Amino acid sequence: MGASDFSKLPHIGEAVRRKEDMRFLTGAGQYTDDVVLAHQSHAVFVRSPHAHARIRSIDSAAASAMPGVLRVFTGKDIEGKMNGLPCGWLIHSTDGKPMNEPPHPVLAIGKVRYVGDHVAMVVAETLEQARNAAEAVVVDYEVLTAVVDVRDAAKGGHEALHDAAPDNNCFRWALGDKAQVDAAFARAAHVTKLDLVNNRLVPNAIEPRAAVGAYNRAADEYTLYVANQNPHVERLLMTAFVLSLPEHKVRVIAPDVGGGFGSKIYLYAEDVCLTWAAKQLNRSIKWTADRSEAFLSDAHGRDHVSHAEMAMDKDGKFLALRVHTDANLGAYLSTFASAVPTILYGTLLAGQYTTPQIYVEVDTWFTNTAPVDAYRGAGRPEATYLLERLVSRCGWEMGLGQDEIRRRNFITSFPYQTPVALQYDVGDFPACLNRANELAEVAGFAQRRAASQAKGLLRGLGYSSYIEACGLAPSNVAGALGARAGLFECGEVRVHPTGSVTVFTGSHSHGQGHETTFAQVVAARLGIPVENVDVVHGDTGRVPFGMGTYGSRSISVGGAAIMKALDKIETKAKKIAAHLMEASDADIDFANGEFTVKGTDKKIPFGQVALTAYVPHNYPLDKLEPGLNETAFYDPTNFTYPGGTHICEVEIDPDTGTVRVDRFTAVDDFGTIINPMIVEGQVHGGLVQGIGQALMENCVYDRESGQLLTGSFMDYAMPRAGDFPDFRLDTICTPCTHNPLGTKGCGEAGAIGSPPAVINAVLDALHGSGVTDFDMPASAHRVWQALQAAKSAPRARPAAA
Amino acid sequence: MSIELTVNGRPQRIDAPSHTLLVQALREQLQLTGTHVGCDTAQCGACTVLVDGRAVKSCNVLLAQVAGAKVTTIEGLAQPDGTLHPMQAAFKECHGLQCGFCTPGMVMSAVDLCRRHPQADAHEIREQLEGNICRCTGYQNIVRAVQQAQAATAATA
Repeated sequence: MGASDFSKLPHIGEAVRRKEDMRFLTGAGQYTDDVVLAHQSHAVFVRSPHAHARIRSIDSAAASAMPGVLRVFTGKDIEGKMNGLPCGWLIHSTDGKPMNEPPHPVLAIGKVRYVGDHVAMVVAETLEQARNAAEAVVVDYEVLTAVVDVRDAAKGGHEALHDAAPDNNCFRWALGDKAQVDAAFARAAHVTKLDLVNNRLVPNAIEPRAAVGAYNRAADEYTLYVANQNPHVERLLMTAFVLSLPEHKVRVIAPDVGGGFGSKIYLYAEDVCLTWAAKQLNRSIKWTADRSEAFLSDAHGRDHVSHAEMAMDKDGKFLALRVHTDANLGAYLSTFASAVPTILYGTLLAGQYTTPQIYVEVDTWFTNTAPVDAYRGAGRPEATYLLERLVSRCGWEMGLGQDEIRRRNFITSFPYQTPVALQYDVGDFPACLNRANELAEVAGFAQRRAASQAKGLLRGLGYSSYIEACGLAPSNVAGALGARAGLFECGEVRVHPTGSVTVFTGSHSHGQGHETTFAQVVAARLGIPVENVDVVHGDTGRVPFGMGTYGSRSISVGGAAIMKALDKIETKAKKIAAHLMEASDADIDFANGEFTVKGTDKKIPFGQVALTAYVPHNYPLDKLEPGLNETAFYDPTNFTYPGGTHICEVEIDPDTGTVRVDRFTAVDDFGTIINPMIVEGQVHGGLVQGIGQALMENCVYDRESGQLLTGSFMDYAMPRAGDFPDFRLDTICTPCTHNPLGTKGCGEAGAIGSPPAVINAVLDALHGSGVTDFDMPASAHRVWQALQAAKSAPRARPAAA
Repeated sequence: MSIELTVNGRPQRIDAPSHTLLVQALREQLQLTGTHVGCDTAQCGACTVLVDGRAVKSCNVLLAQVAGAKVTTIEGLAQPDGTLHPMQAAFKECHGLQCGFCTPGMVMSAVDLCRRHPQADAHEIREQLEGNICRCTGYQNIVRAVQQAQAATAATA
């Protein structure tokens, strides 16, 4: 079935209330920490208090002798018994060499490399006993100097974290034709330059990471319950790369998961330790991070420092873009770490524009901080922030509005091949911009600005027109780019004898509402009620296979796999119907849950065909197997390209520096929308994370000691309800041309599009005060500081929007 | 230490060490795992329950402090026949939850908010939800849910 026919089916575009809500609203959800197994013991990790140190010795004798302690495991116990944690993407440097890939031991061997690094795991009968014993583990450290800030790492001259990367560089990656770009710059009428910092963030899903490892000696089988976004990937990485276990002996269950935002994609050391130790002790073992531990040990996001230059002709038409980025990888390579500042970043630098030449160079650095990996958007927010800040500045420097500079450079014909390796299939960028202008009531901005001025307040308007590449990914393309796994998805549709359906999907929902959206897809295709379809996910023991949920891929890849399985169901069901109605297969039509014979009034309902498949008394057994149960794998042929325009309007009190988001408008193109209520909820959440980054969130390590200064909700500013106005949202629809649903994905758009809109608005508001540049976050203190600094500096800022 | 209290309408007697937190007693002794722990600094509000009708962060209260009190958790909010409390129903109707982890605390907080400020407008609701962090919803639909529950409660009062 094609995307156009699909979008017209019943239930598609319907705000069906969520099937999963009953359990979450009544306390019946089952998150990992809610799992209690028989004879369960508890683990506590001893973590490094130093950013960089050699371990001289670990004395766990006293701890081991404490009440209830089952075992204290250290790096010595695992050395030689398992491999380190793998990185899923092999990136090559510009000189052709593979990236420096130092070992990532599950428990520190000889050295610790960030505050929070895993030194020992203490297992005891109770959590309290494990905690007490963990405090009694004595570690003798030889403290080394730390490098924390990526700018410091790039300068060099620091103690190496890893022998395999003597200058702390992991790789230097580049994309584009440097000579062509340099030539374009040489003939430019104007060049706009910008330095930016993309601030480091902590994902902070409200459910902290947790895991329970169990072992069944009789069957030699392991079970791992874990708060994770992709249980099959978790199992694959753990069995094939780390523990060398056969996969059929390991079951990974990611039950209800309380938010992920990327941070629960990865195979973490704790997960491996618990699984492995469950066999050593022949006991089930639970570990749940407390929030402080989550701050220290969850993979962080962003942390780029960049320089960007745009060459333009005299009319503000983009000729070439040149970018250098230093990306902080943290102390070790996390699962997707090397893909984020490269494949998911450099390829997005064309944005929505016809810039004919682009060259981007990325240096990646190991530092004594927690590993950095994908966080909602993963590389695409970094690209968007850089490009959209630069584009607004181009507009200001050329004396064009933020609207006009974008309009002059928009891509308007599709498919469009960018100079940075992507082919956009479809879009309508001017339509998004036009609708956003309307919804934001930009025409009344001057009047609102004057009203603010009358109150002594500064008002600014900021634009951002983003594009993202979602629906990861064509496996062959990903493989050519260094992926060590495929990126397809799997779906199984099991029609029961009475016509109800259970769907098994390799996608994983940790808030996205797949149990409802996927049920809508199946109900629409089969013409049955949504409540007759249940969706199972998150269990390698029940779902055939899966690559999981990240990169806004679930509906476009996971949903497409279900569509393929439904095609098979329909094909088989038509044969059964043909037999029952004594017609030929080719004459059977299926619509609205009924099989009909062309040119006759014969019809039978879907339920009768399902029953016949399982009670095959009158059935073509010589030609057709009984049963109605189909599995499909779907590998996409391209990325999907959600895009849109976000407009932010802020009001700033120059006396205090307080920034208030007065209105925020987002017009997005997600292609076909299956459940608009859920899509809108995804946008709301993404916007709050993106605006949160722009206004308040900031992960700070002490630049000398490497201590995490923002290690709790008391120190790290989490966005709260009172920080936002109601959002103004709308969508434009240009259906994706290469998947059967026409969907593009909506999970990350808010977090990708919004940060530059906010900062462009802040800069627009501050332009009269002489502030020419500003890095996130726009907290009151930082804005006030910028205003004070500008008072004593000469004016350099050109006219504003 | 032995503490008697009423939880979701049922009298309970809990034997636990004196440093036991209310949230630990609820989750570990009574297996009421609907009340969640999202932080360790009493900031996130995922553990919010009602103690004698007032919203309280159960990670920040000792079990001993609630001796004799009536505690309501998310499991005790609906009618015995399963009919949802107007606040639960409004959260479902308005899509005021996504991953569901902050939801029990958010709902209990919202119930108390409506008791204290039955007429609160959207701005006041946002301010009053200051003690609960949600990372998924962006709050907008939670505000809608609270408004809908206010209206439903007013209509039946």
